[in-house]
Amino acid sequence: MKSKFEVSKLNLHYGQFHALKDVSLSIFPHEVTALIGPSGCGKSTFLKTLNRMNDLEDGVTIDGSVLLDGKDIFKDMDAISLRQRVGMVFQQPNPFPKSIYENVAYGPRLQGIRSKVKLDEIVENALRGAAIWDEVKDRLKKNAMGLSGGQQQRLCIARALAAGPDVLLMDEPTSALDPISTSKIEELCAQLKKDYTIVMVTHNMQQAARISDRTAFFLLGEVVEYSDTDQMFSMPKDKRTEDYITGRFG
Amino acid sequence: MEANKKAKRTDRIMTWIFVAVAGFFLLLLAGFALLVIGRGLAGFEPYMLSFSREGIGNQLFNTLYLVVLSLLVSVPFGIATGVYLAEYAKPGRMTNFLGICIETLSSLPSIVVGLFGYLVFIVLVGAKWNLASGALAVSILNLPLIATTTKDAMLSMPKGYRMGSMGLGATHWQTIRRVLLPACMPRILTGIILAAGRVFGEAAALLYTAGMSTDINWSNWDLSSPTCPLNPFRPGETLALHIWASRTEAIGADSAQIANFSSAVLLILVFTFSIGARIIGHRMERKTGGK
Amino acid sequence: MKKKSLFWKEHFWHGLITCCGLLVIVLTLAIGAFLVYKGSGTFTKYGHSIFEFFFSSKWAPADNSTGGGAVGAAVYIVGSLSTCGLALLIAAPFSIAAAIFMTEISPKLGKSIFRPAVELFVGIPSVIYGWVGLTTLVPAIKELFDLNMGYSVLAAGIVLAVMIFPTITTIAADALKSVPNDYRKAAYGLGATRWQVIHQIVLPAAKPGIFTGIVMGLARAFGEALAVAMVIGKMRAFPKSILSPTTNLTSAIASDMGGAMEGGEYNTALWTMALLLFLISLLFIFIIHRIVAKGGAEKDGSK
Repeated sequence: MKSKFEVSKLNLHYGQFHALKDVSLSIFPHEVTALIGPSGCGKSTFLKTLNRMNDLEDGVTIDGSVLLDGKDIFKDMDAISLRQRVGMVFQQPNPFPKSIYENVAYGPRLQGIRSKVKLDEIVENALRGAAIWDEVKDRLKKNAMGLSGGQQQRLCIARALAAGPDVLLMDEPTSALDPISTSKIEELCAQLKKDYTIVMVTHNMQQAARISDRTAFFLLGEVVEYSDTDQMFSMPKDKRTEDYITGRFG
Repeated sequence: MEANKKAKRTDRIMTWIFVAVAGFFLLLLAGFALLVIGRGLAGFEPYMLSFSREGIGNQLFNTLYLVVLSLLVSVPFGIATGVYLAEYAKPGRMTNFLGICIETLSSLPSIVVGLFGYLVFIVLVGAKWNLASGALAVSILNLPLIATTTKDAMLSMPKGYRMGSMGLGATHWQTIRRVLLPACMPRILTGIILAAGRVFGEAAALLYTAGMSTDINWSNWDLSSPTCPLNPFRPGETLALHIWASRTEAIGADSAQIANFSSAVLLILVFTFSIGARIIGHRMERKTGGK
Repeated sequence: MKKKSLFWKEHFWHGLITCCGLLVIVLTLAIGAFLVYKGSGTFTKYGHSIFEFFFSSKWAPADNSTGGGAVGAAVYIVGSLSTCGLALLIAAPFSIAAAIFMTEISPKLGKSIFRPAVELFVGIPSVIYGWVGLTTLVPAIKELFDLNMGYSVLAAGIVLAVMIFPTITTIAADALKSVPNDYRKAAYGLGATRWQVIHQIVLPAAKPGIFTGIVMGLARAFGEALAVAMVIGKMRAFPKSILSPTTNLTSAIASDMGGAMEGGEYNTALWTMALLLFLISLLFIFIIHRIVAKGGAEKDGSK
């Protein structure tokens, strides 16, 4: 299978701190890839590298290469168009203080789409895609801040979908949500992977086991083990992975 | 035990002192407002509102017009400066210095700003007293307030807005323009209204810029004519200056009544604006809060 | 689909906004430069000594560019100092007491009535204060002390005090409010009365903020022109008591600038006064920075 992301020898420093050490791995299309590991292990940093959100922070230096469909994201693309292709959902639901409709239409508008008909269509599709259409279709003009936390997170997923990406990065998307909302998002991921490639950081091992196809275990900035989720959780190759997933540390 | 009793007695006495001081000041403030408004309205005659030499209609118009003119300058510049400080400025000497500049501008005595305006907008340009130069001088006084409000509002925005927008492929400017500024609008607007309220009462900065005379012909709408009401390059005395003038140059027998009435009108305008700023601020805050 | 280039999406606006920021720096420097340029003329062009300006009371600048007059501004400086000092003496204790009432005695009344009222009064135009002072306070002082006229340092001091009271009160109240509640709880827990808590714990902790408020009030009083000019009497003599009229820097500028010939000695001397006011307002900013820095250092040290 051809990989979506091909990461090789990725090193990242925050000033003096070596946050990612020689990370090399392939992420495959139409799969959910989970990134697990104790906090501070570099999994979120790695995720943010994939759409260059790290660029926004000071003192970050990166070397190594990340190819998206064969193109180097640092050399052959600018951060803006990369982020349109690689959408991101954050830990805290972060809708803008605008109406539900305007939140979802934000991405397409940035890309210069003005036609009302076209926008309506994109918004509806995105909201359906994020399984929230039925809940909000009667109040699209209402402020998004009035939604519940779980709804806000699905709205943020819809907002990311509307920008027309083919990859979705999710940074612990359920850690701020209740169990019911969490399971809705998990179901949604299973749906979405038909059309998208999903990379998700999670601190919840059960979640990784439930929804991901592949799992990468990060420790102190290194990828200790990267394999099929089933395999990793049934027979981890590395002792450290085993210790972590059986809850001996972290 | 003895010390305890004493402490308690002192405590009671001090409490009463504080209550008394607070009450006294509340009464003083209320009394002041009532005095100004009551006295102004008591001496009111219908002709005072007329747009003639005797009435203050023209001065009222000049005041409002000057507010609009000055906001035209100070709002875009103030917001831009605030945005720069909150978003684009990199921490360092330059940014610190800009901070100090804004602080300096905000604490400049208005008469000094008036002099600067007089020198630059009148003497160097070779113009006569005019509203536009008055508006520019007052803009200098207002700019710091609008800039700081904008900056503070932007900095108080949750990090998620910025991340969410950039994550969708927006540029920094697009994020500012489409997400952050709209979200900050209630607070910025409150700042603008407060700034406008200050322009109403400004007099010292206008003495030698906008001038102390008014000669308007309400049927003249030729913008280039010095008597056209909307010509920004004509002299225009504001209400505040009118009050100042009635003390130095008592023109008519009833100039005291007119000054009283002008004070009342001015006070009502200022109060309306600052109460309005509060209400609008609260409303918009609640609306964007989602409920 | 129309694609705008990155230039219009980012770089143009980034540049424009940066220019606005830089323009503010240029503006401030320009104001400073013009004041220094015009104000120093008294000493360079007309050859007066700085000593004369500050300490001589002989004020007779020539209204032409030949010069040769006298530019002793001591009366004006003393007038400014005495009126502001008096205003501060009146306003500071009352403002602090009012701030304590707002935050410590009755936070509820403070928040619902007192604070909005005080903030409303920050915005009252100074000419209104001046006008009320002129028509109510001046005659009252005249009656009360049986004077020829009521124009006096006292009248100016009271008008200024009323003007700066809201400024000091709001800033002092903010400072008091930012004292952590744990301090109060700890002191109450040891059996202190409210006054003991306020005076031994809260006030010392809020000292830097309160001083900042006082300096801001003083700065406002110093720069005020018209309200003072209306009640001070504009008499060029040192005040013999607080009941005698005098004059000050701002009223001299406000009333004489219009008549003085541009570039003449008189005009230049007035610019020197403006320069002095500018320098004083810089001094106030410097003092506030020192207070804040010192307050911060003390807090860090005690941790």
